[in-house]
Amino acid sequence: MTATTRTARTWRRGAAVLAAGALAAASLSACSSSSSGSGSSSGSTASASDIAAALQKKSSITVWAWAPQTKDIVAAFKKKYPNVTVNLVNAGTATTEYTKLQNAIKSGSGVPDVSQIEYYALPQFALAGSLDNLDDYGLGSLKSDYSSAVWDSVNVNGQREGLPQDTGPVAMFYNEKIFKQYGLTLPTTWDEYVADAVKLHAANPNEYITNDTGDPGFLSSMIWDAGGKPFQTSGTTNVSINTQDAGTKKFADTWNKMISKGLVDPVTSWSNQWYTGLGNGAIASLVIGAWMPGNLETGVAAASGDWRVAPMPTWTSGAPAATSENGGSSYAVMKASKNALVAAAFDQFMNAGEGETIFANEGGFPSLNSVLNSSSFLDQAPAYFGGQKINQVLSAAAGSVIPGWSFMPFQVYADSIFPDTVGKAYSAKTDLNAAIKAWVQASATYGQQQGFNVTVK
Amino acid sequence: MVMTEHAPATSKRAARPAPRTRKAWNPNKKRKSWTLTAVMTLGLIYSLLPLFWLLVNASKTQANLFSTNGMWFGGHFALFDNIRQTLTYNGDEFLHWFGNTLLYVVVGAGGATFLATLGGYGLAKFDFPGKRGVLAVVLGAVAVPSTALAVPTFLMFSKVGLVNTPWAIIIPSLINPFGLYLMWIFARDAIPTELLEAARVDGAREWRIFFSITLRLLRPGMITVLLFAVVATWNNYFLPLIMLNQPKWYPLTVGLYQWNAQSQTAGGTAIFNLVLTGSLLTIVPIMIAFLVMQRYWQSGLTAGSVKQ
Repeated sequence: MTATTRTARTWRRGAAVLAAGALAAASLSACSSSSSGSGSSSGSTASASDIAAALQKKSSITVWAWAPQTKDIVAAFKKKYPNVTVNLVNAGTATTEYTKLQNAIKSGSGVPDVSQIEYYALPQFALAGSLDNLDDYGLGSLKSDYSSAVWDSVNVNGQREGLPQDTGPVAMFYNEKIFKQYGLTLPTTWDEYVADAVKLHAANPNEYITNDTGDPGFLSSMIWDAGGKPFQTSGTTNVSINTQDAGTKKFADTWNKMISKGLVDPVTSWSNQWYTGLGNGAIASLVIGAWMPGNLETGVAAASGDWRVAPMPTWTSGAPAATSENGGSSYAVMKASKNALVAAAFDQFMNAGEGETIFANEGGFPSLNSVLNSSSFLDQAPAYFGGQKINQVLSAAAGSVIPGWSFMPFQVYADSIFPDTVGKAYSAKTDLNAAIKAWVQASATYGQQQGFNVTVK
Repeated sequence: MVMTEHAPATSKRAARPAPRTRKAWNPNKKRKSWTLTAVMTLGLIYSLLPLFWLLVNASKTQANLFSTNGMWFGGHFALFDNIRQTLTYNGDEFLHWFGNTLLYVVVGAGGATFLATLGGYGLAKFDFPGKRGVLAVVLGAVAVPSTALAVPTFLMFSKVGLVNTPWAIIIPSLINPFGLYLMWIFARDAIPTELLEAARVDGAREWRIFFSITLRLLRPGMITVLLFAVVATWNNYFLPLIMLNQPKWYPLTVGLYQWNAQSQTAGGTAIFNLVLTGSLLTIVPIMIAFLVMQRYWQSGLTAGSVKQ
């Protein structure tokens, strides 16, 4: 009896592991199988007075968001429009939420009215026809309130699919104490960055200029910064991927040097060692999105006063500042919403109105020009950064993001398989160009299965 | 004790060198095996080290978590402060999730145990057509891990409108084929059929027999099944993850996952100390349950292993 029980249990455990793997694959394909859905309906445009009237009626909307500032934004909205009930639900962070959102859309019930969706995931939902075109609510006119690069991020196939909340213009966060200790000059070009990496690691083998084990967000931001545009989508189903993209090559060649010489700390971002390294200076810089200050202040309190912010290095000496985005979220009105007028009004309040100020005041990095350029935002001098007015650097970065970037409409899946190809090239120190090609190819195969017409050049 | 037993035998043969013949294996003889001890010690360390790590790190502040040695206490001892913060963070979220977990465990695992007992007893002591078919179905169901059923169950429940309600967790938890199988085997051997016949002769109705006789005889088996079900429900993660979108219905497992995800997000607030303390608090009740029910557990597992 005892023996039976034990073997049964062991077997069950083994089977569970197997099944969990199989299921992960199954649920992923379940995720995006609805992408062949209808395009958008060119519905009639709601007038401002329709929206104003809807806001005065008793109604309720459900908002899915994980950004912590949303709570206070919702409270402010309720104060202004007491007849509207807003159910704020944290249905999970990023990919967890996307899976749930896909499941809800597929099952046809429980879809929220407004949903937080990061820019890189927006095309997936937009092209599947799950989102409303915000032009239908007169929100297309907000274009001039944002930088053109940010507006491009919410623009999918000629439609405004969401309103931007936060952005992640990339800047260089560096540990000034370490830079001083080892006599490094602040790099303004990527060549100087590599030179600093060599110098630092030679001076102390425990020190690295940065960490990377293959992070798809970082890769995208670096290709973007190098002027690459490898992913293009036309219509709702035609995707073309250019593996000969000049920007991709530029980045891969530079990073190949870093990896082959062992100049990049093989520590995965967001891991224990990462936080430890950021705290004790073993990781001396991060080229990362402008949302990083909040993560540093709460996650790496030990290094308070050590970190500073500088513009992202450029590819040629003396070139005008150019940067890219890493991360950032928009809020979309779901097509399934039964109260879309109020949902659109909430979206506007949250991201193009008072909500954006609340967001910035509570540590978020805003996208709205008026908030980005407000003196109260620019003059902040956090003690964590030694009193540096970091928002002046970051706000300038927001203004110099290269426009015209787009993600793959199956980027969420592609990013999930990134470690299998590119991640392996990092640990094996093999050519990144080939690894990126393999990654793109595997992603394209998936996209094809999801009903996209993918061409890989 | 071992030495005294064998003392006469050795004294007789004292003149000759001890023969190198192998002695017959004696189950009562305790021999010390260094290999076994070493393997068991490794096993012990393997099991206890993560617990120790959890305890150590739950006692650190967020600031000290990454700047002190992970395997030993360091900096300010903040366990109690962490516990207070964990319990009150974001509007007592943790306590709310704790309540949800309790609800799922009491109703889900309790119900599963009751149903398994009822079914196991019925299958063991009553004859009806199709019994062999039921046996095949139950055995087959044991082999299907509940994780594999989560997605189909989700699609089914969303059609019926049960998704996002506690029922989405409770109903699947009620079905426990392994428990049913265990109770069936246990009831077959633990309840003498003669006893049931005697009760029937005395005029007892079937329900009365079940509640007055069967339940008492089956208690060790029920505790075993209950423990299995409690552990499974307490640790249930995948099912609630896909069934529930509303944090107000989350169990602890999914809630802690959400805290952890929040700590690792662009612009999020790092609350790893609360994730760790929350994990520690989450395993305490299950440890207590194990210790309290341990003796039933043992007698339940070995029941029926020897034919009497």
